[in-house]
Amino acid sequence: MSTTDLVKPYQQLRSDTLGRDRGLREKVMSLEAAAKLVEDGDHVGIGGCTMSRTPMAMIWALIRARRKNLVVSRSITSTEGDLLLASGVSKHVVTSWFSQGIVWGVSKVMRHYTEAKLARFDEWSHMSIGLRYRAGAMGIPFMPSRSMVGSDVGKRVGDQIRTMACPFTGEQVTLLPALNPDVALIHVQRCDAYGNAQLDGLQFMDIDMAMAANRVILTTERIVSNEQIRRTPDQTRIPFFTVEAVVEAPIGCAPHECYGVYEPFFASLDDYAERISKDPLEGCRQYLEEFYYAPKSWPEYLSKIGMDAVLDACRRGRSVHND
Amino acid sequence: MTKAGKTTDYTASELLAVMAGRLLVDGQIVFAGVGVPLLAATLAQRIHAPHLTILFEGGTIGPFIVPGELPPSTNEQRCTRRANMVLPITDVLLLLQRGYVDVGFMGGAQIDRFGNLNSSFIGPPENPRIRLPGTGGGNDISSLTDMIVAMKHEKRRFVADVDFITSPGWINGRRTRAEAGLPQGGMWRVVTDLAIMGFDAETREMKVLALHQGVTREQVQDNTGFKLRFDSNVETAEPPRQEELKVLRELDPERLYTA
Repeated sequence: MSTTDLVKPYQQLRSDTLGRDRGLREKVMSLEAAAKLVEDGDHVGIGGCTMSRTPMAMIWALIRARRKNLVVSRSITSTEGDLLLASGVSKHVVTSWFSQGIVWGVSKVMRHYTEAKLARFDEWSHMSIGLRYRAGAMGIPFMPSRSMVGSDVGKRVGDQIRTMACPFTGEQVTLLPALNPDVALIHVQRCDAYGNAQLDGLQFMDIDMAMAANRVILTTERIVSNEQIRRTPDQTRIPFFTVEAVVEAPIGCAPHECYGVYEPFFASLDDYAERISKDPLEGCRQYLEEFYYAPKSWPEYLSKIGMDAVLDACRRGRSVHND
Repeated sequence: MTKAGKTTDYTASELLAVMAGRLLVDGQIVFAGVGVPLLAATLAQRIHAPHLTILFEGGTIGPFIVPGELPPSTNEQRCTRRANMVLPITDVLLLLQRGYVDVGFMGGAQIDRFGNLNSSFIGPPENPRIRLPGTGGGNDISSLTDMIVAMKHEKRRFVADVDFITSPGWINGRRTRAEAGLPQGGMWRVVTDLAIMGFDAETREMKVLALHQGVTREQVQDNTGFKLRFDSNVETAEPPRQEELKVLRELDPERLYTA
């Protein structure tokens, strides 16, 4: 992204929004149909964080649809980032941290693509990524903040950030450009057919991302009635008019977690890490073949992970409700 | 090995967690990473700081970790057990900027004599030997509050100048941090398996404040890639006590973070 198209022009932001049908309408569809809403080259924001509420079923569908040149942004990028690079879906990741997780060490897939300059990893501080989505959600072009200055993280993003003297106090502040994804992929515990989404536990950056994006593709553990949503509107975090598609995808984050439903599939994640550590490219290629291209449906993908693994992750996931 | 409640039978990570935990004060609000920082903060809660509040980057205020169920990152449901509140990531990080956090506490891949941390690139950033995972919230935490870092003491990790400043310490020493636009916070303590270090109030150079039992000055210097300064009154830290190790082993029975 050059600095000229770094921030979406305000007129375009408004007209894109006005151009969508924002009426209260049903928008339930299949993963395959939802994947068609994402165009090659789109900036796709990915909800959740690290191994939590990763919209894995939707990422699975995009990889199978062989989308190209997506710019993906996320608060923290885990195994889904490896797979987006290795499948050729993305060559450009905007995030604050990129590897499977601390206990599994540095991602060799991320290392290969970035060190060989086959892909771009734009590193921003975590708060800065969040404030960029927030500026996008607020419909303003930038947000002042107080980190990233003085460090090489700030220097490396070059003129994508600026500093200025505060007009009121004269203090130096950092200015972060708004981030308005073309599409946000967000997985929730429940929503209705219109896209009113309720999510439990940690929200990460999902609400700001939904409001910042031009449109949201929701995947959900289950679709509930609009009546049920209306009984607890205080629990609704994403309003229907931001949403363009609703896809019911049970266990839709596997092998990552979905708060209160399932914990991470640790054995599957260890297996993935082992494949990658032996030979990152071949390991990733085989993993994509086995888990992404061969299964004919999301349930078949889950079968491949295994019923034992699903039940174990669900038992641990639901344990938060036991105390 | 036990004598008067003391023992030498502990791992380097356990030593780090015990020593770092002792630096925390009751009532503090601590922004903690997983691994040694979380273990140290939880240990402090159990031993001497029951009113210490842990914040997790994933958006949690004041959780109590369930023993044996340590979170794999700061962003899973395990981080929320018995928490007072969960909130969006951006808002928990903004607590740093607003000024509610006493101490930020993390591990480090590479540190230099002014306490700058690198978790982004080994080698030149344009052509790195290793691309590391990056800042996460490290840059925000170290920019906005006082910092404790816990890490292994190795020459390749303790370098004169880091290859890349991911998380700013005292930048180039003296007043350069404030002049760079960071008027608050700064690197306070570095805890390793050999020593506890602070920073000179004037020059902001790293200096040894205490050595662990049985560790010599030469040993610390030999494992450091720059000339270390020593405080005029270098103390010997009390070795881990049985009760401290017992808590750590209860928290991490599978030695996920304390192997």
